[in-house]
Amino acid sequence: MRTLAALFTRDFRLATRTGGNTLTVVLFFALVAILLPFAIGPDVALLQRLGPAIIWLSALLALLLSLDRLFLDDHRDGSLAAMRAGPVALEWVVLVRIFGHWLTTAVPIVLVSIPLAPLFNFDFELLFALLVALMAGTPALAANAAIGAAITVSLPRGGLIAPIVILPLAIPVLIFGVAAADPGAGAARGSALLFLAGYSMLVLVVAPIAAALALRSGAE
Amino acid sequence: MIADNPRVGFFSRLAQPGYFLDWSRHMILPLAALCAVFFALGLWFAFFNSPADYQMGNTVRIMYIHVPNAWLSQFAYGVMVVASIGSLVWRHPLADVAAKTAAPLGATFTAIMLITGAIWGRPTWGTYWVWDGRLTSSLVHLFIYLGIIALWRAFDDPVRAARPIAIITLVGAINIPIIKFSVDWWNVLPQPASVIRAGGPTMPAAILTPLLVMFGAYTLLFLVLHLAAMRTELARRRITALQARTARSQAGTPA
Repeated sequence: MRTLAALFTRDFRLATRTGGNTLTVVLFFALVAILLPFAIGPDVALLQRLGPAIIWLSALLALLLSLDRLFLDDHRDGSLAAMRAGPVALEWVVLVRIFGHWLTTAVPIVLVSIPLAPLFNFDFELLFALLVALMAGTPALAANAAIGAAITVSLPRGGLIAPIVILPLAIPVLIFGVAAADPGAGAARGSALLFLAGYSMLVLVVAPIAAALALRSGAE
Repeated sequence: MIADNPRVGFFSRLAQPGYFLDWSRHMILPLAALCAVFFALGLWFAFFNSPADYQMGNTVRIMYIHVPNAWLSQFAYGVMVVASIGSLVWRHPLADVAAKTAAPLGATFTAIMLITGAIWGRPTWGTYWVWDGRLTSSLVHLFIYLGIIALWRAFDDPVRAARPIAIITLVGAINIPIIKFSVDWWNVLPQPASVIRAGGPTMPAAILTPLLVMFGAYTLLFLVLHLAAMRTELARRRITALQARTARSQAGTPA
């Protein structure tokens, strides 16, 4: 447990201090979310209807952008080899890494979507539903990103191939994430949110096992 | 030799790459001939000896191409999953080769299914494409295949690529039913009326016979193409290994 806490502290410091990419990811997210209305047009009613979808897509793209950071640096400087030989199972290391990644990229994104709400004319109720949906769904996105990052860690140019492989896996998150904050969905919202949370939990179980397996095989 | 060793099990002997190259050479021609017979029979049934649908007319005959391709689109992924388990558990080189060569076949059959479906949909529903649950998840399935092919191409060394790709294949296998379920749910939400109506529980024998023959023909086609592709891939790896050995010996450096 102490080892995991130390690992988490290390990841958190690396991500938030100089050279970390939290600010970049958040800015990217905000810019995509602001850019899409320019492509759609200034129709307020339409933007309110599309708003949850726009926020979700921007969050998905921003999380993909930061996927390299998950394992690549540690693979290059040898920290990953040390963790593999360390006392803690690699699965736990990956889970801690996913949590740290989620905390330093997804949670800031969720927070920044609050000031974006007036741009899409969200009322308080809709904004609250969207925030809850984002909190429930982004762990699955971070965990899927970990699978993609672990599989491509030994590739010299893995940055573009990993999103191609894991984007289809994001479809359930998008469908249920948008439905859980859809102004027209009504009672279906609750079941969408429950499914989203369940999917996140499933992926959080599968991803550490799959990613740790890939990281071990990548070292041989 | 493994092939002569009585202590090595039957399947292990079959799967030994050198032995595989030996026995599969004698399999391809008979299988291809059988496949051609099935195709001739099935197409004859489909075109000349099956009734036209009372609503769809002759366009119903597209089904005899479309539905077997839909089956193969799933079957090829099943082959990849089994081969991936072989790669991960036994680290068998033949399993790597089987998984790698099934992916382009699966992508091709999925693409044929989507194209014939669109051609069929135009006269039947009046449009090439609807965002229906079944169509949409087939499209996603195609992109899963294409992503795996792209991943195989991204690795320089196919031996090192096998295990990571086997992992993503299995992760995909967990996700495909979830994606299918969520796409169905998504489609029902905005428009309750589904475009595709189920074909009905009872299918007359006049339609069922050509369909089953075509199923057999396409499955045989997959087997022939897969065996041939596996043989080609093994030969390609052997050539690469020989080239590397020649290059090393010409450089004159002792390994």
